[in-house]
Amino acid sequence: MFIQLKDGMLDPQGKTLEHALGALGYQAVDDVRVGKWITFQVTGEDRKAIERKVDEMCQRLLANTVIERYSFEIAEDET
Amino acid sequence: MSAVPIGIVRFPGTNCDQDVFDAVSATAGARAVWLWHKRTGLEGVRGIVLAGGFSYGDYLRAGAIARFSPIMERVIEFARSGGPVLGICNGFQILTEAGLLPGALMRNARLTFVCREQWLRVDSVETLFTRHFRLGQRVRFTVAHGEGNYVADESTLDRLEGEGRVVFRYVDEEGAVTPASNPNGSARDIAGIVSEGGNVLGLMPHPDRAMSLLLGSEDGRGVFRGLVEAAA
Repeated sequence: MFIQLKDGMLDPQGKTLEHALGALGYQAVDDVRVGKWITFQVTGEDRKAIERKVDEMCQRLLANTVIERYSFEIAEDET
Repeated sequence: MSAVPIGIVRFPGTNCDQDVFDAVSATAGARAVWLWHKRTGLEGVRGIVLAGGFSYGDYLRAGAIARFSPIMERVIEFARSGGPVLGICNGFQILTEAGLLPGALMRNARLTFVCREQWLRVDSVETLFTRHFRLGQRVRFTVAHGEGNYVADESTLDRLEGEGRVVFRYVDEEGAVTPASNPNGSARDIAGIVSEGGNVLGLMPHPDRAMSLLLGSEDGRGVFRGLVEAAA
């Protein structure tokens, strides 16, 4: 799952990276945003049920929806 | 009259617990009680303080993990039933994560960890925590945080202001709001807010570090006095 500050929220870490990239000569870089990428395995058969659970995890803990937005992808592993 | 028990919650990574313990102990009529985060009971305390620090290493987001510690369920019940709860610094972050106070605390706008003496203005004296202050009074507490940039949507900010729930604002020595007086970029220079019921206060600056003139300020005493009186 992927978590990022909502649009319009100041991202000072992104701003700092933008300046650093500029200092390295990458002047064309703009609007750098830093997010979080979280991976985990979850066991279950019912894809819909798993999606609901993961969404709940995001809402309750992994993202703070006051300031962040999130999305996630589920990849199946048959093993 | 026996001393009023005030609970001080300790999470792994809390580091202002002893300061708060001393601040409560220095307040007339109060007795400080430790509350380990794994406890599922409140030991009969009549008021609760969430102290500053870096609970759970600030992993994920400041306060995000502490908010789900066993004791927090009891703290939330206690707050919802009108019990006085004071959250300082990391404690404020935990209170917003727990939904007891609106908004969120983000990374300081200028990225730096700020640690300095900070003037504040008391903008509401109708709360149990600030009844010993005068409206507009300047007080000096210490700030020490990396994530104190208070944000909330415009309607929430309007509501907080309209309802007199912005309790402390960052100001300069003259009591004026200036870009330089705001240490972290907080919306509308907000340093501390109370809940709708007025019984939960969250603030980034440390009243617990303003308890002795010898150390620069004793302006924090009024906050603890208010808390203890409300708990009695």
